Amino acid sequence: METTGKKKLQIALYWGAACGGCDVAVLDTNEFILDVAAIADIRMWPIATDGKYKDIEAMEDGELDLVLFNGAVRNSENEHVAKLLRRKARVMVAFGSCAHIGGIPGLANQVTKEEIFDRAYLNNPSIEPGNRTVPLPESHVEAGALEIPTAYKRVYKLDDIVPIDYYVPGCPPLPAQIKGVLLAVATGQLPARGSVVGAGHRTVCDDCRRTRHERKIKKFYRPWQIIQDPETCLLEQGIVCAGSATRSGCGVRCPNSNMPCRGCYGPAPNVKDQGAKIVSAVASIIDSKDPAEIDRILEDVPDIMGYAYRFGLPASMLQRRI
Amino acid sequence: MMSNGFEPKIVGFLCNWCSYTGADLAGTSRIKYATNLRVIRTMCSARIDPTFILKALLEGADGVLICGCHPGDCHYVEGNYKAMRRYPLLKRLLDAYGIENERVQLEWVSASEGRRFAEVVDRMTEQIKALGPCKVRTALAFDMAER
Repeated sequence: METTGKKKLQIALYWGAACGGCDVAVLDTNEFILDVAAIADIRMWPIATDGKYKDIEAMEDGELDLVLFNGAVRNSENEHVAKLLRRKARVMVAFGSCAHIGGIPGLANQVTKEEIFDRAYLNNPSIEPGNRTVPLPESHVEAGALEIPTAYKRVYKLDDIVPIDYYVPGCPPLPAQIKGVLLAVATGQLPARGSVVGAGHRTVCDDCRRTRHERKIKKFYRPWQIIQDPETCLLEQGIVCAGSATRSGCGVRCPNSNMPCRGCYGPAPNVKDQGAKIVSAVASIIDSKDPAEIDRILEDVPDIMGYAYRFGLPASMLQRRI
Repeated sequence: MMSNGFEPKIVGFLCNWCSYTGADLAGTSRIKYATNLRVIRTMCSARIDPTFILKALLEGADGVLICGCHPGDCHYVEGNYKAMRRYPLLKRLLDAYGIENERVQLEWVSASEGRRFAEVVDRMTEQIKALGPCKVRTALAFDMAER
């Protein structure tokens, strides 16, 4: 890899509310990661290297050339580190679906923090009655006061908290995308600020090889309920697919593997609300002119919120349950 | 009468061929009805993307009324059936968002139903007055001010 400057690139990778898959995706670049190590100092990467918050705090502002931040923001630590890294970073990238549009953790915006705590710590059948404790931001033990981050009332996408230079979509982003971003920063060939990089400019449907027949249907199926035809549009077979509202660039990996698109690349260009477009597409496939029958057919779509915003509830227009 | 003086803002998406003409008839017939509806004319009820409804709620509408031709009467033959199919799915989504049922309504109003149009607007206005203001905007502003 050729770089423009003599100085090694200073980069950091960080995770907020995330599963760790984005970090693993970076490792999926295989030997390329060694090229990265050759041209860059990885100053922080919690999953793979050492690096303490105090080391980041000690840096000059703008000292980091690139920060890849994966994960949404849902507690005080996520926010603190996001703001800290933003100050230190020349280029900050919202990396992966959670940072980009809220991701799977964003589905928590359907319920309140109290409901989540109740389910997770208090009234869960697998918790023993004597063991129902809720984590508190501060607790006192013999050695003194202990602190943990404060959970927020809802989940935020990263750019709700700090300004972001680029977005790399995907759950997780593909190795080729990751290489592309690193190369762009290394060579200084950066696209317009604020753009989505490493993805397409159309919908997943536009890239999908399956055939559409303008067929309508009387019944929806979950993917496991039907043996589907590998050549025909999944939606036309009654399987709810997010492809029509989702940004292209993934290589249509899910529909090519006989699974519907779940929408992890976020809204397609010029789509303001991914879920609203999915609602529109799903409803348009129904073969009925009778409101009662339409209602019955829709009984087979048990969780439209989950389908419409599997990865993007915090980035939707209404963002959360009111 | 409501004593709190709350006057809801209701956005009405009216199809050009039936409902907008129906609203026009209400006007030319000098029928009095609630002034809370802000009308947006669309060429067909099928044009009303669910995004429009979410955007209206986000920008401060307390209610959204969708009006189209009666089933079978669509100027474009099938347009209102598309609205008919979208509406129940959108309602399920709005329910998951915690938006009360009465805030978004679909009604078929023909060009000759000026009286009915006025009644629909009056009824919906009373329902939304009873519900109070839509909380979307204040809730999202609160989210950005306090975690």
